[in-house]
Amino acid sequence: MTPKERTKREFSLVVNGEPKTVRAHPMERLLDVLRENLGLTGTKEGCGEGECGACAVLMDGALVDSCLIPILQAQGSNIVTIEKLSGDAQLCALQEAFLECGGAQCGICTPGMILAAQYLLSRKPRPTMEDIREGLSGNLCRCTGYTQIFEAVAQAARRGASA
Amino acid sequence: METEHIVGVPAPRKEGRDKVTGKARYIDDITLPNMLYGATVRSRIPRGRIKKITFGPGIPWDEFAIVSAKDIPGKNYIALIENDQPCLVDEIVNHPEEPILLLAHPEKHLLPKAVEAVHIEYEPLPALFTISDSERRTEIIWGKDNTFKTYLIQKGDVDAIWKKAAFVVEGEYFTGSQEQLYIETNGMIAQFDPKQGITVWGSLQCPYYVHKALMTLCGLPEDKVRVVQAETGGAFGGKEEYPSMIAAHAALLAMKSGRPVKIIYDRAEDMVATTKRHPSRTRHRTAVTKDGKILGGEIEFTIDGGAYVTLSPVVLSRGTIHAGGPYCWPSVRVRAKAVATNAPPHGAFRGFGAPQSLFAIERHMDRIAEVVKLSPAEIRRRNFLKPGETTITEQIVREEIDLGKLLDRALTLADYDSKQKRFAKENESGNCRKGMGIAAFLHGAGFTGSGERYLSSVVGVEGRADGGIRVLVSSTEIGQGTNTILCQIAAEALGSPYGDVEIAQPDTTEVPNSGPTVASRTAMVVGKLVQSAALGLKQTLAGCGMLGSSHTPEEFKAACREYLSTRGQLRSFAKYEQPADIFWDDQNYRGEAYAAFAWAVYVAEVTVDLATYAVSVDDFVALQEVGRVLNPVLAKGQIAGGVAQGIGFALYEKVEWRDGRMQNGQMTNYIMPTSADLPPVRIFFEEMGNTHGAYGAKGIGELPIDGPAPAIVNAVVDALGIPFDSIPLLPENIFEAVSAADAKRNAVPSAGQAR
Amino acid sequence: MRSDPADYELVAPGNLQAAVALLAGDPGRWLPIAGGTDLMVQYAAGTLRARKLVSIWNLPDLRRVEILPGEIQIGAGCTYTDLREHAVMRDEFPLLARAASWTGGIANQNRGTLGGNIANASPAADSLPMLLAYGADLILVSARGERCLAYRDFHVAYKETKLAPDELIRAVCLPRRFAGYVSYARKVGTRNAQAISKVCMAALARLEGGVVHDVRIAVGSVAPVPLRLAETERILDGKPVESSIVALARKTAAAEIRPIDDIRSTARYRAAVVSNLVAEFLEKLRASAMGRE
Repeated sequence: MTPKERTKREFSLVVNGEPKTVRAHPMERLLDVLRENLGLTGTKEGCGEGECGACAVLMDGALVDSCLIPILQAQGSNIVTIEKLSGDAQLCALQEAFLECGGAQCGICTPGMILAAQYLLSRKPRPTMEDIREGLSGNLCRCTGYTQIFEAVAQAARRGASA
Repeated sequence: METEHIVGVPAPRKEGRDKVTGKARYIDDITLPNMLYGATVRSRIPRGRIKKITFGPGIPWDEFAIVSAKDIPGKNYIALIENDQPCLVDEIVNHPEEPILLLAHPEKHLLPKAVEAVHIEYEPLPALFTISDSERRTEIIWGKDNTFKTYLIQKGDVDAIWKKAAFVVEGEYFTGSQEQLYIETNGMIAQFDPKQGITVWGSLQCPYYVHKALMTLCGLPEDKVRVVQAETGGAFGGKEEYPSMIAAHAALLAMKSGRPVKIIYDRAEDMVATTKRHPSRTRHRTAVTKDGKILGGEIEFTIDGGAYVTLSPVVLSRGTIHAGGPYCWPSVRVRAKAVATNAPPHGAFRGFGAPQSLFAIERHMDRIAEVVKLSPAEIRRRNFLKPGETTITEQIVREEIDLGKLLDRALTLADYDSKQKRFAKENESGNCRKGMGIAAFLHGAGFTGSGERYLSSVVGVEGRADGGIRVLVSSTEIGQGTNTILCQIAAEALGSPYGDVEIAQPDTTEVPNSGPTVASRTAMVVGKLVQSAALGLKQTLAGCGMLGSSHTPEEFKAACREYLSTRGQLRSFAKYEQPADIFWDDQNYRGEAYAAFAWAVYVAEVTVDLATYAVSVDDFVALQEVGRVLNPVLAKGQIAGGVAQGIGFALYEKVEWRDGRMQNGQMTNYIMPTSADLPPVRIFFEEMGNTHGAYGAKGIGELPIDGPAPAIVNAVVDALGIPFDSIPLLPENIFEAVSAADAKRNAVPSAGQAR
Repeated sequence: MRSDPADYELVAPGNLQAAVALLAGDPGRWLPIAGGTDLMVQYAAGTLRARKLVSIWNLPDLRRVEILPGEIQIGAGCTYTDLREHAVMRDEFPLLARAASWTGGIANQNRGTLGGNIANASPAADSLPMLLAYGADLILVSARGERCLAYRDFHVAYKETKLAPDELIRAVCLPRRFAGYVSYARKVGTRNAQAISKVCMAALARLEGGVVHDVRIAVGSVAPVPLRLAETERILDGKPVESSIVALARKTAAAEIRPIDDIRSTARYRAAVVSNLVAEFLEKLRASAMGRE
């Protein structure tokens, strides 16, 4: 074992409903642990500064930017990523709405955006356009100008998409 | 039998499911066995000679693959137009962040430390940073006179008009740099095998541009270079030419180390080291009759190209041709040039020169309106191009476009007249000023002049064993909907269900060169070729009696399967042929510049808050004539996204330059609009058809970024009665102008006193 | 990502006592990290100098809100979301709840903490002017015990505070005495959301018969530290709100601040905006005095 390996520790967390144990340095970013240790590449890095929201996941039910969380602080927590939202065959209502309304263009912001929308709808099942605008204001999209993303979220809400 | 119309309906995004489930694989999601990570050591000075390179202590250098210019097997330049841009600096540095050395190591986290540990000593040389510095030629930094390219357009007798003019209106307009800010940064993976050659996978728009560049750089023949596009998280031109550079770097490291190498830029590196929109300066001098009709004018259009030629001649070309806007110029002289400065080369960004020159002419029309004492709407009405009239390159407007009617419709949709009346009253008091602004413009689709003939694009359609169809193009999906619309077109042409059509991943060993994914050409030019190739496939089947002249989708599938089982391969190719009525004189820049123009009128409504001098866009009408809407959801998405980028260009996105280097290379400090900053954009289409485009489509990808900046700035000028001719227009700029105007009025300086 | 995780030590003692014991054992060596919304950005950029960090995220002793008759004690580990959602915050300290809604996006608000904002001591932080306006006190804790400090005295110079190397901020105390006050806050950022302040102002005053009493005006991003406009407050106190006092207040405010040119804005702009926001606050007071609000 190299000296670097020796200073790694084990961290246990629940990811998408499954218990996981990873060996990592405590300051390893949750984003990198998800993508590299656990192979869950649906969560993306867009900026590394907590500005773009592409790395957003749910941690103990709260929307967070995983690029800003050291894995030590995720010890024992419950993480939900984009991979959890759809079963193998069935898309969730948000995902369907994004497809119908054109909410995804290049797709890189989409996982974070859907997580943010999921979080919003779980707390405000009947959001106004202002609620949607505010709820997604921490997720940057360069392709869509947000219009069709908001339409998708509104449509999912109308179809009773909460939680 | 009538099949369902596929073109014109919102067919679902072909790769959409993977995108909404997180399954789509972008380059950083991909890992190859035995892979190394690569990083770039870059210049810290804008211009100078490298004296010495030292590798500092504390780094296990013997574990690294290290590449310098001396390791380049082929030619040390990135093949594009002029071949002046080195892949790696040999001796002379010409811009900050210029690549000098490449490093690779299995441990990703070691690379930033290693990059920091390389010490480079320079002998600095004088550097230039602005258009005026470059023009003054206090230093020659490129060629003989710092000038990459010039164009001259002359129409009519410009020198004769001045004495006939009732008014001569002058103006000078500036646009700043703009960062494409795709949410996925640049990235490449390269692998080298002595027998098979180089393979690269990457985030890119133009696989064959990269292919050409790698052949030259690596000294390899065509069949020993393979380029594959991975799912690409946004591009907007920022991944048109730049990927050749990062691909070259990854390839060199792969060749040196014998292992696959991945290079991914973090956001800071991507922002400071890669291309941005060309800054511009446009000067107008226009002769106008007392009725507000343009007699003619002189236009001087200059763009800052950064340190190397790269694509500046082409950006300059488009900006030059669009410099007259959608107006009739009986005479005009356009002098255009692209100059060198010691900044990283500026490059392609949606609009590609047109947003710059169209900003100028649309601000200038409002200035003319003010001088002549006509409304912004009326001055445009009196000068709009009409069918039968010619553009500044003397291209005849052959379609029955009625720009006056388009303007009227836009104004009605924007409720322009009644709002203006209301604002005039409201602006008399309170701490806010409201205004409205108009931009009328056009955007030529496809490559200029004989460019498409030069590209000679080829498209293929092939039958699959199950009877379905695969489209073969090098045109890439970058979010704009390439995959979807090309499959829609093929399905429509064959009478097949959309679900039976797929599109191959762009891989230069699998697909022909359908040209770069740029210039708003994919739907129009490549789409038409897809249509032809698909029809060709049908003809092949009919030709051997396997398919009747009318057939059901099932019959088509059966014929396809039958053909494949007996002949082995079913493929049809279509190659671009220039239409007979396209004539272009490249020497005099005269003739049919583009196969088709899309036309638009945008109207912006703004509020200027006099406490903070901030502008909010409250309503935005985007009305455009686009030939044919192939997919309404995708088309609307293109307009909404382009308008958002245009709003950023106008009000938010400023690159802070110091000595040729971007200082605000973080998302915190380079300000892109969030959802809280954008109005609901109201989008409307008109469709007149287009003989040169698939199912009548014109290009629309770039059109929407041309209009927002002038519409918004015109609206701010309307609100405040103060001219603004430079973007980005920040609250700080508005404050200084309001302050100065107040000071003049009161003859007593006062800091920020509100009206 | 420009830092190597292997170069850093991060420990989570799990409770406040253990955390301050750790700090006491090696003062100045352990950098506390709560939500990480500032420190992790520095870490990713390769500019985080500290190599040993102690996590104080989600410590129960730090993440409580205690409601007492005369004051509330907000645990330093409360997140902005905690502040936004707390009923007493919304009712009695609306400026703080609003500042919490302005800080970053929702994901940042779920992690950023009040204590982190204070200890990071950026003059551009959104909640700091609010704390100044409300006359907050800080409870600082170390292995040596607790001490109370007026927040007004906490910032000494740019990013320099009175926090000792072995201390943590335990709680922020706000006096419950602003019922009936007119309150005003405005953040001027580079855009409407997810923005760093160019100017941020919080102001409060009590009106009695149209006369201003106990006025507090606090501003961020116009000096090396968040600032109370003491001179401006002095000339306003005990006066009725009318136009001559507005002009004087504007001038006084512009003279009290020390804004700079930086990557986000200019000194002249900041000065002008501060002057305008003071006028806006006074206009709100005037309208309130006339009973229009």
